[in-house]
Amino acid sequence: MPEITRLQELVYELKIGEVMTRKVVTVAPQTSMAELRKILREHRISGAPVVENGELVGIISIEDLIKALAEGEMGVPVGEKMTRDPVTLRTDEPVVLAVNRFARYGFGRFPVVDEKGRLAGILTRGDIIQGLLRKLEVEYHEEEIHRYRASHIFEDIVSDRTSIVLHYDVVARDLDHAGEAASKIKRTLSRLGASPQIVRRAAIAAYEAEMNIILHTDEGGEISAEVRPEQIIIRAVDTGPGIPDVEQAMRPGFSTAPEWIRELGFGAGMGLNNIQRCADEMRLESPQGKWTSLEVVVYLDRKKGEK
Amino acid sequence: MRLEELSRKLSLEVRTAAGKLGTEVTGGYAADLLSCVMAKAQAGNVWVTLQSHPNVVAVASLLNLAGVIVTEGMIPDATTVDKAEEEGIPILTTELTTFTVVGRLFELGVPGVD
Repeated sequence: MPEITRLQELVYELKIGEVMTRKVVTVAPQTSMAELRKILREHRISGAPVVENGELVGIISIEDLIKALAEGEMGVPVGEKMTRDPVTLRTDEPVVLAVNRFARYGFGRFPVVDEKGRLAGILTRGDIIQGLLRKLEVEYHEEEIHRYRASHIFEDIVSDRTSIVLHYDVVARDLDHAGEAASKIKRTLSRLGASPQIVRRAAIAAYEAEMNIILHTDEGGEISAEVRPEQIIIRAVDTGPGIPDVEQAMRPGFSTAPEWIRELGFGAGMGLNNIQRCADEMRLESPQGKWTSLEVVVYLDRKKGEK
Repeated sequence: MRLEELSRKLSLEVRTAAGKLGTEVTGGYAADLLSCVMAKAQAGNVWVTLQSHPNVVAVASLLNLAGVIVTEGMIPDATTVDKAEEEGIPILTTELTTFTVVGRLFELGVPGVD
């Protein structure tokens, strides 16, 4: 179930600082138990961190108050009844840690401190649930908007033929950014509502074409993806040096990549084959010494595409 | 079986995307040539490899792989780690060789793609 998986992720991604209650009612060690009783009642809370000179020194709860009441010690200061050195959480720790602490200690609340150990907020189980729900709602809403806008784009535009063309510049030998154009194409196609199988094929073709430009061209080139209602056309164009023997280049395992590139796992000589397997149509032109132009067509719907 | 459970049973070290270990692993694939991975690995597969440079993340992300197990004590560099965190791709490392990792995965019932 995807919702549950996302929730599990969120528990790791969300930081305690994002879900805690920031406005904290605190008391001083000198505050009497009688005063504490008033404070808890006024704010409708069941406990409070004890702070002295901005430093967290303890925590006091309604249970401590009941004990003091039973023993007739309402005049004594909070400092004598509080739990010293309370277990704290930090703002930059993931929520999953808090979930574990609640399970382990069975406390109702944890004071939250910043990296300098100063009190920054307080966390209850309710805060966690609210924080998760808020985040899920926002994310769901955002993705819905993205998907809705993207998948309706063809309906909203009135023309005889509509297509969207995405252009990406590819820099030669820039291995650090290798695959980024393909990633962006993949994300966009998903948002446009293409099926996972179509997205996979287009992404593989775009990736291999992108890698060819990065590894083999002198000055890089451009990858584009044209999205039409019935097909996706991936184009890769560069300014040379061109492929000396296209037939040879298409043979699985044939590679001209230098050793250092192969050591990184590139240059397996499978690129063009992979592209061909993913394509419904493939056109490759490469006058030697000049340029290379590759066009890959993926039908969104096999029957429609053939028309 | 979930990636988290595999990670525990093989004592792998989780280097990135600790929040994404809940993925159900659909199968496994092992290779050090990226184009072979592009051709064969399926969505949800775990990929066993010696490679640890940033492009491993690009490949894993494009194919929606469950995660990458990097073998023989290879450690992904900072760029790879950043990229993997960004893309949410778990990278797990081990001192074991690829052969041993694949054998253990097989014993645990993770099938190949063939």
